[in-house]
Amino acid sequence: MKFKSKAEKRDLDMTSMIDITFLLIAFFMVLINFSEADTNERIKLPISELAKPPDTPPTEPMILQVLSDGKIIYANAEYDIEGLQKKIEFQLRLLKMLKIPIKSVNVIIRADAGCDAGKVQDVIELCQSLKLENFKLRAKQNDQ
Amino acid sequence: MTSMIDVVFLLLIFFVMTFKIIVPEGDFNIKMPPISQPQETIDLPPEPLRVRLSASPNGRLTTISLGDRVLGTSFTELRKRVLLMIQQRGGPNKASVEIELAPDDHLRYEYVIEAITAVTGEVKDGQIYKICDKIKFAPRHKE
Repeated sequence: MKFKSKAEKRDLDMTSMIDITFLLIAFFMVLINFSEADTNERIKLPISELAKPPDTPPTEPMILQVLSDGKIIYANAEYDIEGLQKKIEFQLRLLKMLKIPIKSVNVIIRADAGCDAGKVQDVIELCQSLKLENFKLRAKQNDQ
Repeated sequence: MTSMIDVVFLLLIFFVMTFKIIVPEGDFNIKMPPISQPQETIDLPPEPLRVRLSASPNGRLTTISLGDRVLGTSFTELRKRVLLMIQQRGGPNKASVEIELAPDDHLRYEYVIEAITAVTGEVKDGQIYKICDKIKFAPRHKE
C-alpha cells in the first residue's frame, strides 16, 4: 500500500481557488457604490413606473429627505421645519458668497411613501418662500 | 502565500458585507416659482387642470376629482380624462397645459406620486409616452 506523506498533503494547489476569489473581489469591487451618503434607510420611497434615472445629474442638488413623521433630514442632520428654514437660509447665503445663482439650485425631495402630502407641501412652500423654484420629487422604479 | 490568501479573504468579506443592490431612482420635475404678483399671472397661461385628491381621516385616498368631475379612485381613469382634455387643447406636445395638484394635507404621499405618475405619462411596451410634464401644487389656504 502507498501512503501520501504529510508534507505532500500540506502543499495543496490553491491557484484555482485564488483565481475564483480574485474574480469575486473584482465583481464586488465594480458593483460597490459609495454614493449613499445622501440616502437614508429609514425612508421608503414611493414607487413609480416612470421613475427613470436622469441622464445628467441635476445642477446644485439640495437633497431634503422627509421622514414619515414629518422630520426632515438635510446634510446628515435632522430638522423640524423651523430649523430647516434657518439651515437653508444659511446655505443660500453661502451660495451667494460663492456667486452661484439661486435659480440653479435643484431641490430634490426624497419623501417617505407614508408621510403626509401636507408635510411635503410644507417643505416646498418653505423653499418657495426662500426663492427656490426647481423641485424634483424622487421615486423608485420598483420594490426590492 | 498564506498571508496573501488571508488578505484576499479579508477584502472579499469587506466587499460582500458592503454590497447592496441599488434600486434605480428617478425624479419628477415640479416647477414652482415663488408666489408673486398674482394679478399679472392670471391672464397669461390657460387655466391649469385641477386635480383634487381627497383623503379619509387615516390618509387613504377617497376620491380623485378633475376640475368639477369626480372620478372615484381610479388613476387610469384620471390618466384617460387628462389625456382627453390635453388632446382637446392641442395634443401632448403643446407645452401650454399645466396640471395643478391639490391633495388633502393628511393624504399619504404615495398617492400623490401615483397621481403625478398617472398625469405625467404612460409606459406602453417598455416605452414611455409623455402626457404632461408641467405639474405644480395648488397654493393652500391656511386658516
